[in-house]
Amino acid sequence: MKINWFKYASPTAFYPVAGRLVPVFGVAALALMLFALYWGFFETPERLGGTNPQKEYYRIIFIHVPAAWMSMWLYLVLAAWSAVGLVFNTRLSFMMANAVAPTGAIFTFLALWTGAFWGRPSWGTYWDWDPRLTSELILFFLYIGFMALHSAIDDNRRADQAAALLAIVGLVMLPIIYWSINCPDPNNCAALHQRSSVTDIESNILTAMLVMTLGFWLYSFAAAFARLRNIILLREQDSAWVRKMVDEAGAGPSSSPPPGAGAADGLDAGGHRASRGVSV
Amino acid sequence: MKARQKRLMFVGVAVVGVGIAASLALTALNSNIAYFFSPSQVQAGEHPTDAVFRVGGLVVEDTLKRQEDGLTVHFDVTDNAEIVNVSYTGILPDLFGEGQGVVAKGRIGTDGVFYADQVLAKHDESYMPPEVEDTLQTAHAKGVVETSTESMPAASMPATGQTVTQ
Repeated sequence: MKINWFKYASPTAFYPVAGRLVPVFGVAALALMLFALYWGFFETPERLGGTNPQKEYYRIIFIHVPAAWMSMWLYLVLAAWSAVGLVFNTRLSFMMANAVAPTGAIFTFLALWTGAFWGRPSWGTYWDWDPRLTSELILFFLYIGFMALHSAIDDNRRADQAAALLAIVGLVMLPIIYWSINCPDPNNCAALHQRSSVTDIESNILTAMLVMTLGFWLYSFAAAFARLRNIILLREQDSAWVRKMVDEAGAGPSSSPPPGAGAADGLDAGGHRASRGVSV
Repeated sequence: MKARQKRLMFVGVAVVGVGIAASLALTALNSNIAYFFSPSQVQAGEHPTDAVFRVGGLVVEDTLKRQEDGLTVHFDVTDNAEIVNVSYTGILPDLFGEGQGVVAKGRIGTDGVFYADQVLAKHDESYMPPEVEDTLQTAHAKGVVETSTESMPAASMPATGQTVTQ
């Protein structure tokens, strides 16, 4: 089967596809996260040894590290869609960037928040101006700045371009966050935060951590696609296909599925829900 | 097509510029913004004299002395080259211990003692249960497991060459 990928670069064509993908990614994400939580709580050691004798509270690692990884990965996704949008002038790319930003901000906040709760018992403080912590906080401000700048400009096209440029400039933070604890010579970058390692981790801890990361990743897809559908409806509200869909959804559940929606079940309800979300 | 190539150039230049900015920032971070000073740097006088700064290193074994008031502690911090005496009044974090990494914030007195008003414990990136750690080390000591010290850093402190202390 040959798929014409460029067909899905159009918001009209991608809207129903996103609608079908949201539950798939959502259910898979939930299953993986529940598995990772079970594994992290019941199949891992109660305490660590050696020069890192943490007790039960080390289990924050199962939320903290995946959230921190996603915060950096989603920023890369955000910047990549922004760059594609700037170069090819594709509307959907900018919409994708806008759909990813809140999820990235949430993961960044989650990493900072769980890090504070982890830092208190292990280091002895909720917060310290350590290079890793500070650069991650700046990443959070970048996400907030991206969303704030976009909503501050009324014209969508200009807002897209300005925010995309900010996202690309903000890429500067990613290597800084990475090398703030992983610099080749540890004498040069002294930090409170421990270095990152996936080799010196007990295999059950690593399993739970990696499964949780995959779960967070799939959740990001689900959340971004759900948000993308709302953005598409909002921006295309004056187009014929959206009007037709809203009219038919408002006419009642017995009406036929809107054009372009395919045979997706529950699309009526989905379309209706989304359109209501827009009008609020 | 022309305009698109122009925009591609524009974005490419932006990314390259951001890359240069990142490398410059990283170089600056390396040379200027020291989160903490090592005891060697303190003994060499590189620390600020009239400002609060941080000292980082390992707590020297058998130097932790609790004073009579029960809250004040004295201990030595080392980077395996030089030593700084630290005095601190307050509650120590859970992971604090002899042989462990610490970061102390405070200022140095005229008597050469570092008076800390905050002591934080560092820990390393090893997430191994105690039994596994013991087995590995026993095996390592007997020469059963051939692991280099580089692949399993004992402590994340800047003091390199530190052997594993249980």
